[in-house]
Amino acid sequence: MKCQKCDEKATVHFTQLENGEMTKMSFCEQCATEEGVMELSGFGLADSIMTAGQSGESRSTSGETCPGCGFTRSKFQQTGRLGCSQCYLTFSDDILSRLGPMHRGLHHLGKHPEGFVGDAFSERLLIECEERLQAAIEAENYEEAACIRDEIEQLKKSHGASASSEEVSVEKGGSAP
Amino acid sequence: MMRFTTLMRNPAEWMANDNEDHSVVLTSRVRLARNLSGEPFPGWAKKGERIEVLEKVRAEIEGLPGMKGAFSHGLEELSSVQKQVLVERHLISREQAARGEGSATIVNRKQTFSLMLNEEDHLRMQCIRAGLNLSKAFSQLSGLEDDLSETVPFAFDSRLGYLTACPTNVGTGMRASAMLHLPGLVLADEVGPTLQGVARLRLAVRGFYGEGTESLSNLFQVSNQSTLGESEDEIISRLERVIRDVEIHELNARQRLMESDSEMILDRVGRAYGVLKYSHVITSKEALNLLSLLRLGAELGFFEKSLRRVCDLLLMDIQPAHLQLHAGSKLDAETRDSIRAEIIRGRLQTLSPPAIDKATLNESGQPDEQEDE
Ligand SMILES: [Zn+2]
Ligand SMILES: [Zn+2]
Repeated sequence: MKCQKCDEKATVHFTQLENGEMTKMSFCEQCATEEGVMELSGFGLADSIMTAGQSGESRSTSGETCPGCGFTRSKFQQTGRLGCSQCYLTFSDDILSRLGPMHRGLHHLGKHPEGFVGDAFSERLLIECEERLQAAIEAENYEEAACIRDEIEQLKKSHGASASSEEVSVEKGGSAP
Repeated sequence: MMRFTTLMRNPAEWMANDNEDHSVVLTSRVRLARNLSGEPFPGWAKKGERIEVLEKVRAEIEGLPGMKGAFSHGLEELSSVQKQVLVERHLISREQAARGEGSATIVNRKQTFSLMLNEEDHLRMQCIRAGLNLSKAFSQLSGLEDDLSETVPFAFDSRLGYLTACPTNVGTGMRASAMLHLPGLVLADEVGPTLQGVARLRLAVRGFYGEGTESLSNLFQVSNQSTLGESEDEIISRLERVIRDVEIHELNARQRLMESDSEMILDRVGRAYGVLKYSHVITSKEALNLLSLLRLGAELGFFEKSLRRVCDLLLMDIQPAHLQLHAGSKLDAETRDSIRAEIIRGRLQTLSPPAIDKATLNESGQPDEQEDE
């Protein structure tokens, strides 16, 4: 195997197994030293190389911007990073579709800040979806409306999973033969 | 405030110690990513906004009881060698080392907590402990975070949890990892399957290994990759369970090697001793590999147990920025190789040859063979 920077024989290999995928970096000893891969801090280097720009496939590259910070959807698609908390709301469709394969679930089950009561994101997300649904229906864009309905359904499901059993039973009733 | 030289003079307990429980798992690290609510993330914020966040959070952190007399510096106050040394000690990330004004690093006196301000997120806080101690590291870190959250409101959503600049960290914002020394599995050519088994449990594994038994330093890092859909405790207990399994595999592999191929082990350890003790020019790769074997030799009883601590300190001290700091000037590769050899010779000066007589061998072959799979 050849060094990934020059044509010498690769003797330093770094392997990462993540998400069932194997990533390898192979260098000759000289390049490894120059790149700083060699020493134990190479684990840190791997962190930056292997997690940088993990952007998925680009979908509609609209020029949509976040009202909170001016970050754009295409920037997110390029870098995989966001500009502010509100970006989670602005680009929610893009983000939610990526979270699935990344994580074990779509609902936070960990620590909460002490005394936290609000539910800002989820509620705003629902309101926003409903507005988009309304607009889609008015524009007679039924395909998009169907998509947004699915999204709302998803949101309600994961949102109500912990609290309300009502929605669950309604859903069961609906799908029962 | 702690100065850089003070930080360097006193290696943390987790960097090197004599505790026998820490032979396979060297360190446990837990990191939490947090952002201030209502503020743009550092990568997108304007410089003025970054500095404002930095000053606010830095003052609050320095005021916490556990952070008295901490090492606290803006990145622009540190030289590039100093930053690199902090990277080599796992106290800051490479990304943070590349930053300047508007970013800072804070390390408590015992070097168990290190906090990075305005890295990818406003706050990346880390707790490191020796051995396999992820739950303890998390509970300590979580306590520090609780104290801080009384005055600093973190961006949080009840559905998505803690909001981070990159959605890969959203939710708990937690990355828990352990560093494992697995020379037995590497020598027995069993490390590939073992690590693939770990990766199947949706954990990430990293290491300097490629084809066959070629591995650098025999060190491997195991960490969680998912941060959403599981609580911190679930993530950590899953990790600890898996790491314990790997630890048992490693110890079994060592025992089996000593039973079936002790000559090969003795030869490897003996050669490592000879080269490390008497060479005058040694590359980083060679040194890392031989120190790993010497460390194994100490654990198999060929040397006094305290040698492990010496090896762990050396693993850290022979890294390039550490060598440069030691020499006080920038070094080319050849000079590095000779200074590296000099430091190693100095530390091993009084080390006696491996005691590999029959008696030692019998001692080191552990009695309970039933545990062998
Ligand atoms: Zn090369
Ligand atoms: Zn935004």
